[in-house]
Amino acid sequence: MLSEDDVRRIARLARIELAAAEVHGLRAELNGILGLIDQMRAVDTSGVEPMSHPQPLSQRLREDRVAETDQRERFQAVAPQVEDGLYLVPRVIE
Amino acid sequence: MHTRSIARLGSMLRARELSAVELATHYLDRIERLNGRLNAFITVDRDKTLAHAREADARIGRGEAGPLTGVPIAHKDLFCARGWLTTCGSRMLGNFVAPYDAHVIEQFDRAGAVILGKTNMDEFAMGSSNENSYFGPVLNPWDERAVPGGSSGGSAAAVAALLAPGATGTDTGGSIRQPASFTGTSGLRATYGRVSRHGMVAFASSLDQAGVIARSAEDLALLFAAMAGFDARDSTCVDHPKDDYVAGLGRGVKGLRIGLPREYFTADLARDVAAPIMAAIDEYRRLGASVVEVSLPNQHLSVPVYYVLAPAEASSNLSRYDGVRYGYRAPEFSDLNDMYAKTRAQGFGAEVKRRIMIGAYVLSHGYYDAYYLQAQRLRRLIADDFARAFRECDVIMGPAAPSVAFDIGARTQDPVQMYLDDLYTIPINLSGLPGMSIPCGFGDKGRPVGLQVVGNHFDEARMLAVAHAFQQATDFHTKTAPGFV
Repeated sequence: MLSEDDVRRIARLARIELAAAEVHGLRAELNGILGLIDQMRAVDTSGVEPMSHPQPLSQRLREDRVAETDQRERFQAVAPQVEDGLYLVPRVIE
Repeated sequence: MHTRSIARLGSMLRARELSAVELATHYLDRIERLNGRLNAFITVDRDKTLAHAREADARIGRGEAGPLTGVPIAHKDLFCARGWLTTCGSRMLGNFVAPYDAHVIEQFDRAGAVILGKTNMDEFAMGSSNENSYFGPVLNPWDERAVPGGSSGGSAAAVAALLAPGATGTDTGGSIRQPASFTGTSGLRATYGRVSRHGMVAFASSLDQAGVIARSAEDLALLFAAMAGFDARDSTCVDHPKDDYVAGLGRGVKGLRIGLPREYFTADLARDVAAPIMAAIDEYRRLGASVVEVSLPNQHLSVPVYYVLAPAEASSNLSRYDGVRYGYRAPEFSDLNDMYAKTRAQGFGAEVKRRIMIGAYVLSHGYYDAYYLQAQRLRRLIADDFARAFRECDVIMGPAAPSVAFDIGARTQDPVQMYLDDLYTIPINLSGLPGMSIPCGFGDKGRPVGLQVVGNHFDEARMLAVAHAFQQATDFHTKTAPGFV
């Protein structure tokens, strides 16, 4: 069972701000989902190879060559804030 | 005009009995008149659609038309279409005008199909009722008190209400088959790897796959033939030979072996759903198919396994929404971390946040083995069940959902109950298999019931033929919601 502190810690990991009033309800919801998930923990799966991908294929490799054209202006047109081809974010280093 | 099949509309266009502009105008007028009752579309842009239709007419004029040239198709609002708002049902992408086309959009463009608009959906495809859209819920054309299912609920409702002859969708845990079942439409989710996901907004990358919703298997075959194909830009796309989905439709079901999983026909299945499903199986027997019982003993673990894997992958995929390169950015913040946290708090809705947080938790230090690795091991057992079953049968049939469409608001207080309803669709996604739902009758309150048809990997041509045989013998797929004739 997650505590309210756990919920706040997970929200920090997920970079989602939580208002104090949200924590109580969210804790109950997440514990409900984890209760569902916990049904699978009791099953013995020793010796079963984890299945990470639904097709038993190895990843294709391609030649290490430039394949994309420069579309910076088009792609940056949808950015919240850009200047001289750079994405602007709040100052990180004073 | 809107009651005609895609095959018929295509031939009328090629015979110049109808222009693409006239056809697009007809559908745009219907959407303008009727969409307010359903909220099936997020974006409709008459000028863009008519410009696209004029290009199709020019192509027909040059004698270069194919089966879909000039046919208007609606697209789930997670396929990037250049110059079109592509919101994914989220405030996070509420201002995102796609700067490029998804491969699926390119494929329809090559076929000459016209973009009719972008359909509503559960936010980031997370939901089974379309109540999780930032742009409001979609209503079911058969009963406006009911949900249309989700997450491709806008696409399903648009097709059911004859606001579009066909629409694209995606299916990560049932998001094409369940809404098709709830709206009396035909839906096909492709084999994992069959359709390129380039330009399709990602939710859970080991499960996501595209597909189509239309009013018959024949129409699905026409759409799927255009949509499927290899694309190196999606590293999970498989370079597998494409069958002739349309030419193969008439092969019938004589000698077909239908597997019925004994685990699907239990007390969890509502009686009003079970009866039309069993009647459909009887119809297949009459048409020459045989029925064998198969067993999928690990299916009951599918929903718990899915709610580890899908949130884990979502938490990773959705980390890209940081307010830096595209989409929403919170207007006020103190520093970079605060900008991320506020942007994501304001940009995502409640269900998306729950799933990101579950995903962050199951992947976090100390829990990875108990949750994520355990889920991946069980996933193999679930997939192995299908591999064994397909040694004894050609297709597996059962319900797509345990009930008919439920009322709006009936499941919103309890997310877990909503999750559990996906028990018949999720195992197919975990196994990378193709699945369909086709209408087979009506249950309580006159709401539609869908028959799920599951095939082996890359066996879509057979599945479409199986669905077509049923539709040649029955008329459930021709029924239209009374308010939208």
